[in-house]
Amino acid sequence: MTPLLKVENISKFYGRRIGCKDVNFDLYPGEVMGIVGESGSGKSTLLNCLAGFLTPETGEVLFEMRDGAMRDTVTMSEPERRMLSRTDWAFVHQHARDGLRMNVSAGGNVGERLMAVGARHYGNIREEAIDWLGRVEINETRVDDRPTQFSGGMQQRLQIARNLVTGPRLVFMDEPTGGLDVSVQARLLDLLRGLVREMGLSAIIVTHDLAVVRLLADRLMVMKDGHVVETGLTDQVLDDPQHAYTQLLVSSVLQV
Amino acid sequence: MSDYNFAYLDEQTKRMIRRAILKGLAIPGYQVPFASREMPMPYGWGTGGVQVSAATLTPDDTLKVIDQGADDTTNAVSIRKFFEKTAGVQATEETAQASVIQTRHRIPEEDLREDQILVYQVPIPEPLRFLEPSEVETRKMHSLEEYGLMHVKLYEDIAKHGAIATSYAYPVKVEGRYVMDPSPIPKFDNPKMEMAAIQLFGAGREQRIYALPPYCQVVSLDFEDYPFEASKADHACDMCGATNSYLDEVIMDDAGNRMFVCSDTDFCTSRRKAGHMGAQAAAASAALKETAA
Repeated sequence: MTPLLKVENISKFYGRRIGCKDVNFDLYPGEVMGIVGESGSGKSTLLNCLAGFLTPETGEVLFEMRDGAMRDTVTMSEPERRMLSRTDWAFVHQHARDGLRMNVSAGGNVGERLMAVGARHYGNIREEAIDWLGRVEINETRVDDRPTQFSGGMQQRLQIARNLVTGPRLVFMDEPTGGLDVSVQARLLDLLRGLVREMGLSAIIVTHDLAVVRLLADRLMVMKDGHVVETGLTDQVLDDPQHAYTQLLVSSVLQV
Repeated sequence: MSDYNFAYLDEQTKRMIRRAILKGLAIPGYQVPFASREMPMPYGWGTGGVQVSAATLTPDDTLKVIDQGADDTTNAVSIRKFFEKTAGVQATEETAQASVIQTRHRIPEEDLREDQILVYQVPIPEPLRFLEPSEVETRKMHSLEEYGLMHVKLYEDIAKHGAIATSYAYPVKVEGRYVMDPSPIPKFDNPKMEMAAIQLFGAGREQRIYALPPYCQVVSLDFEDYPFEASKADHACDMCGATNSYLDEVIMDDAGNRMFVCSDTDFCTSRRKAGHMGAQAAAASAALKETAA
């Protein structure tokens, strides 16, 4: 099997400070990769480099296009990259407000990506939007309500629907459960796990919440001060941490 | 007259504006930035249109100014006087006589010719503005032809009102490339934009000029199942009886009486001169005859 995403020697500096340095990994189709680490460890920088929001100083991000060719998304032209980011890629922001249009109805939010790739039939767009709202457990009657009238958990679910409607192959998630209370988190994680399995999505999830990766991720990458300190299968890393920092991280989790 | 340079603006400024106009004509629908000047009128009164007109006028031109179709409203009268005073050009109210027509939010009913120029006053040139507040982002969207967002606006309309309720400033796509705001003309006028005359758009506050060369392809955006419709009040003009012109609804009294009249005053007047008569005009003249007899 060939990897869907091949990350080679990605480094990003902010002046003389390190954002992230020499990151390498492969992501295979259907695989979920978790990136954990404390605040400022470079995990968000890395994710933004991968998703094309930041330009890394060195390295390549090779993505398998639909024709099977591996293309470097760092050096590809901006129109191509933006096309990718509204078809094959999806980005779920930590704050739903960053990823949604707050003054556009839920249906319009979900439909935007469809219209961006050329859908011009109102009835079909609306049907698809309603179908997706159902899949993220938002009642059909809310389709014409604005996200401002939604609760935080609903906004996050709406953001996920909006991102997945075009059937992307790779989803970037930046703290998808941040700021939600635990029971809402649990439902969201349940939903995400279902969608990832059902659609065969590959995903990269950045989080500082070990419970999230335990539940969702197949593989784990631990970052500290811009460097990757440990990688491995999730259960392996969490149950038998090798690096001192990972040991600290795992033992810091409160047991209730 | 000698107190002003011809048409108020100095020659260097007119040259700069003409460059912007030429660039606009070369790239139909593209918003060309220009160094908009302070004009002796407030923003929102047509400072963009006035500057474009000033740069377009020659001493031989005949100018017509309309405001919502009418020649005799404040905005039209003051701009016409402005150019009569500063350029000494001839003014007219007849569409056929004019070589330059400055308009606020209407296209004359009469078909324009190749030797005419139509100048629009534009308040907000960016069609994506209310959906995407960032100018950097909207420019990028124009350059990359990412216009999905424009349809989100139409989608919202249908979701909210059951039909595309946008009735003016209806977005168009020019020559299959740029999405353009046609200024707040009623959507009834949109199909007329594929015309023989040159169309120039000036936005003074926003400092943008854009243009449509003659016979340019202008397509109003829509959905397959909700096609574009050039709507007007379903009525005939009560003054001249025209059934194919854009109508203003005038409330007559507080008993609910109303009448519909052509918004294009020149069109209506010339039709009445030619002997056409609408329902209320006919009733009034019959009543007049009766009192005389």
